[in-house]
Amino acid sequence: MPSKPSWFNLTSLILGFSFLYLPIVILIVFSFNESRLVTVWTGFSTKWYASLLQNEQLLEAAWVTLRVGLTSATLATVLGTLAALVLARQGRFFGRTLFSGMIYAPLVMPEVILGLSLLLLFVAIDQSRGFWTIMIAHTTFSMCYVAIVVQSRLSGFDKSLEEAAMDLGCPPVRTFFRITLPQIFPGVLAGWMLAFTLSLDDLVIASFNSGPGSTTLPMKIYSQVRLGVTPEINAICTILVALVTVGVIFASLLTKRQRLKRMEEERLAAAHL
Amino acid sequence: MTDPSLSSTGITRSETVPVPRYEPEAPENAPTNPKGGWGRFALICVPYFWLLLFFLVPFVIVAKISLSEAAVSIPPYLPVIDWSRGLVGLWEAAERWSLDNYIWLTEDALYWQAYVSSLQIAFLSTLLTLLVGFPIAYGMARAPRNWHPTLVMMVILPFWTSFLIRVYAWIGILKTDGLLNQALITIGVIDEPLVILNTSIAVYVGIIYSYLPFMVLPLYSSLEKLDTTLIEAAEDLGCPPWKTFWRVTVPLALPGMIAGCFLVFIPAVGEFVIPDLLGGSSTLMIGKTLWVEFFSNRDWPVASAVAIVLLALLTIPIMLFQRHETRRNEGDV
Repeated sequence: MPSKPSWFNLTSLILGFSFLYLPIVILIVFSFNESRLVTVWTGFSTKWYASLLQNEQLLEAAWVTLRVGLTSATLATVLGTLAALVLARQGRFFGRTLFSGMIYAPLVMPEVILGLSLLLLFVAIDQSRGFWTIMIAHTTFSMCYVAIVVQSRLSGFDKSLEEAAMDLGCPPVRTFFRITLPQIFPGVLAGWMLAFTLSLDDLVIASFNSGPGSTTLPMKIYSQVRLGVTPEINAICTILVALVTVGVIFASLLTKRQRLKRMEEERLAAAHL
Repeated sequence: MTDPSLSSTGITRSETVPVPRYEPEAPENAPTNPKGGWGRFALICVPYFWLLLFFLVPFVIVAKISLSEAAVSIPPYLPVIDWSRGLVGLWEAAERWSLDNYIWLTEDALYWQAYVSSLQIAFLSTLLTLLVGFPIAYGMARAPRNWHPTLVMMVILPFWTSFLIRVYAWIGILKTDGLLNQALITIGVIDEPLVILNTSIAVYVGIIYSYLPFMVLPLYSSLEKLDTTLIEAAEDLGCPPWKTFWRVTVPLALPGMIAGCFLVFIPAVGEFVIPDLLGGSSTLMIGKTLWVEFFSNRDWPVASAVAIVLLALLTIPIMLFQRHETRRNEGDV
């Protein structure tokens, strides 16, 4: 492995990452634009953020989105972790192929189909649509992502620890909480965050499964974008980008600290031997 | 029982299997919980039933409604199964089911065009994403080791920010009076602004941009595992760089390329947001057609039939992908 990247590799990295980040940077910059025209810079202003705070419909939509995101991510993490345990630790059982098929399918299925099919279920069982239906829809597709993330973590760590605990008489549930969960925690956390952002992000599935009074933020942004671009949208986007960045940095610091703590504990344990 | 091949190497049975097993007949991936029973049953059932109820049953309902006919009623299709009469009700509804909606799809050129152009756009943009993604993944894999976690994080980070926002950002760039045209006019490449927004080019840009992480990450992981001594060997033996790349690097990166292409192609076929926001009315894609059929025309049976055909179209690549994945996993073991 060369210690210094060649000029070719360096150029492709710089070009590639500017392609990835330039649109987002432009968006953020223009959220501070004085002018109503999104593409002409006339001066620095935070007035779009101020007008955002007065837009009650938008705040309401943000609140719905946040509630849906928190509940569905939590439920999806529980269900997804269970699914990962089933996939990684339960060997063969009746209908395993169907089960793993149902875990993998939503990852590649177009959102329009997922949204449509769940809506038709809710219509068939005569369930009026709103907060709960969006929440169930989001839980269903994001639990599959959680299952994949947690499963990769589960397959990466030593099963003998669990076996040792159970050989020493620890009941399975306690083994899970005392041994397995701490080991796979970074995966579970990553799964929760993924589920949360998927839910915050989703437009198509929410549009199919929402009812009157349960408009989510992406639905609101989408309808405003279709009406015409306003700098207010840039301001919301900037806030969302900032929140996500802070969240990701926080999570990576948390897992890093956990890893350091564990390494320290292992060092101490080794010293006492 | 003595095994001469083992004893000749000095390894005895007792050394190879030092721990006596409680369940010698258990299969290799036996449950960790030796008690099994109700705990195991409950563990399997909870996620299983959730997926059955909210994933599989909905598809059965879509299939059922695709056989119904549109009607001005609530719900807007007929027949409705009268479950209060049990199987008789089901049978009476089933007698009125027909394939009319599917025949309708083949008769109206619009749907056919939408399917074909979805596949075309998805195929071409997958290829373009591969072309854009490969140098990035290659650069990442060849970067100094201690850069790797940061570079991977930087590829994932845009994925965490909203998809809708990232598509929206391109509207401001690609508009006729947008930043790209302004920049090109300023540096004197063009005199007249280019019309990019609301054409298929904008859709390609949107798909490449949005799905780039899906391409870069699998490519990176296979390029990163690539044994560089093979490349050195080829170079030592006098192979020119481009040929080394073509004969050594590309074949070894093939699993990542295939995985990345599937991860981009499959969601791109059913894409709704990108063609709707960037493509305008001129681009026809099946996800958008389904959406319009459902929300604007309120023709639920036709929308269901569109969904079923789209699903059938995608099942083929999904199955190919899964077969490829199993083969790759077996190869890893």
